[in-house]
Amino acid sequence: MQEKHTMPAPARHYFWNDPDKRALVFQIIVTVAILGLAFVVVENTLSNLEKRGITTGFDFLSQESGFGIIQSLVEYDETHSFGKTFIVGLLNTILVSVLGIILATVVGFLVGVGRLSNNWLVARVCGAYVEIFRNIPLLLQILFWYFAVLRTLPSPRQSLDLYDTFFLNIRGLYIPAPIFQEGAIWIGVALLLAIASVWVIKRWAEQRQLASGKTFPVFYTAAVIVIGLPLLAWFMTGQPVHWEVPALKGFNFRGGYAVIPELCALLIALTLYTASYIAENVRSGIEAVNKGQTEAAFALGLPKSRTMQLVIIPQAMRVIIPPLASQYMNLIKNSSLATAVGYPDLVAVFAGTTLNQTGQAVEIILITMSVYLLMSLLVSLLMNMFNKKMALAER
Amino acid sequence: MIVNENPVAARPAPASNRGIWGWMRQKLFSSPANTVLTVVTGWLLYIGLTPVISWSFIEADWFGSDRSACDGGACWVFITARIEQFIYGFYPEDLRWRVDLVFLQTGLLLLWLMPQSMPGKKWGVIYALSIFPISSFFLLSGGLGLEMVDTHKWGGLMLTLVLALVGIVAALPFGVLLALGRRSEMPVIRFFCTTFIEVWRGVPLITVLFMASVMLPLFVPEEVVFDKLVRALIGIVMFQSAYMAEVVRGGLQAIPRGQYEAAAAMGLGYWKMMRLVILPQALKMVIPGIVNTFIALFKDTSLVLIIGLFDLLAIVQAGLADPKWLGFAIEGYVFAGFVFWFFCFSMSRYSQSLEKRLNTGHKA
Repeated sequence: MQEKHTMPAPARHYFWNDPDKRALVFQIIVTVAILGLAFVVVENTLSNLEKRGITTGFDFLSQESGFGIIQSLVEYDETHSFGKTFIVGLLNTILVSVLGIILATVVGFLVGVGRLSNNWLVARVCGAYVEIFRNIPLLLQILFWYFAVLRTLPSPRQSLDLYDTFFLNIRGLYIPAPIFQEGAIWIGVALLLAIASVWVIKRWAEQRQLASGKTFPVFYTAAVIVIGLPLLAWFMTGQPVHWEVPALKGFNFRGGYAVIPELCALLIALTLYTASYIAENVRSGIEAVNKGQTEAAFALGLPKSRTMQLVIIPQAMRVIIPPLASQYMNLIKNSSLATAVGYPDLVAVFAGTTLNQTGQAVEIILITMSVYLLMSLLVSLLMNMFNKKMALAER
Repeated sequence: MIVNENPVAARPAPASNRGIWGWMRQKLFSSPANTVLTVVTGWLLYIGLTPVISWSFIEADWFGSDRSACDGGACWVFITARIEQFIYGFYPEDLRWRVDLVFLQTGLLLLWLMPQSMPGKKWGVIYALSIFPISSFFLLSGGLGLEMVDTHKWGGLMLTLVLALVGIVAALPFGVLLALGRRSEMPVIRFFCTTFIEVWRGVPLITVLFMASVMLPLFVPEEVVFDKLVRALIGIVMFQSAYMAEVVRGGLQAIPRGQYEAAAAMGLGYWKMMRLVILPQALKMVIPGIVNTFIALFKDTSLVLIIGLFDLLAIVQAGLADPKWLGFAIEGYVFAGFVFWFFCFSMSRYSQSLEKRLNTGHKA
């Protein structure tokens, strides 16, 4: 017997069986829920603030701050406004971040290359460095450098010194400062001139190499011009720049630049910690370059240093740059740990002291978070641009 | 005809690269520059490490009851005399067996779940995700007939472990949801999830902790009071789930399109497709990434020091301020650093071995 197959009657088309409509409804529900949650939070916050007698708004930024800050890149004292404390903190954050990024990159690249060294001892020492500093919390490292090392240094009278020019004591690190006299501007002009001429030479050398295959020692020429021209200007204008060496006067050092111990501790810890990550990125970047590339370069007769410079590094950079960007962002964010040792960065000054003085928690935390977000975006933008420049030109 | 009557003298045998001398010639003294490098590094290591070793082992003092037991060298007495506090914080002394019981469970679970082949791993996972957290909660905080212990008495290594474990376990499901949301085809969901992830990843943890401790109480009606520890945990979980989401997203992206299409062709709906086909593969692939996130979180828990919780680092820091034990900062930090290092280093080694073991996926 044969069963008769009939197509089942098509199910009634409910609108919740349509994925598109279902997605639309779901999205509307989620939006409403999130907006509702935001509304409840704002409502609660406003009523809580009212009960505590805290006025909302950004008026506090123009009030007088009434507290001092131990390090400021711009003119600041107690009579300036809370808005100014924000600027001071932000500049201090940028200062430590920029210095940290430069130092960490240098140390990180050295250690990363060192880990791949043929020399067993050097490779092992670099490996141990990475494994030690990467696996200890940054905060602990900052506290260590500050409380266990810099705070136990001798008083100014028994300072540790290097050639009587650099001094290190419990109050900080004292380094010579340049004093610019009349005519010093010409040195700056000479430097700009030198950079411009180096650029021209580089273009000319590239074109000549493309046309004739002859190479030109651009690096050494550039080094001579960039150092030589300002030096020449310095002599010709009658040596208008002097170094002011710090000297012990009474109980403290006068003259030169004083680097506060808080900045030293933060900078050492940030550098060593971030460098251990950068070293790993550099190592894996170099290891990612196919061994055939090295062999091909050797077969062409390039010496080891030129192979590194012309073949390996340019290819490795493509792998290194994206994680490097995120390390830079981490360093900027980690600089906020400054507050643990009292370095006056954005978090310590603004989200710390200013918040305690004004009680404007919501506004201050929001401003602080947005500033960090903006800085992260800025770094990723810059690194993306750099990355594009380095990226493989596909043919 | 010119015939060379004298045979050409044999060349000297090449320098041996076998045995210890050969190895040294190859790895340490292959060229003059390398020799200089070896000698300089070795000399620096010698002058750097000798005082450190003699300070920390040879001249060190290990046991005693107060600082008079120390003369020269490292004073590990500071650590040994306070070790209980560093582990348990201010947890009442007669109740510390409860913390020990939690430690014991954690240790046994690690032994059960970490090795490659152990019987009944599935039951271990079920135990770890159900009975273990519940029993640990009641053991640590009290209730069910156990004496209550206020969370402000928690501290030391125990608090560090609680913060890290709760943080990672709670962040995982949120991270998975956020990662799915970020890859969703619904623009609104994608927008909310992407914003959430990028905002938390763009700000430092310390501002998140500040926010959790200062702003969170303002967000809720006045009657609701959060414990300080709970506030810190909320901050940590939100922050961590954003990072977790990115790790999981990496795994989701690595699943070939064919897997999605095959699952759809089988007639699986979205959630079934994710639960049965995609997530099991994606999560397995990102286990090393999850362990790395856990290492980062473990180190980051030390930041609760700044909002006034006494984790391992904070309690060591507090001990350094004790007038009876002034001047032992190096010992204190070295101890805390070693404990953190020990945990993080073993975890990173474990993650590396996992990476090798799990490397069965979609790479050709």
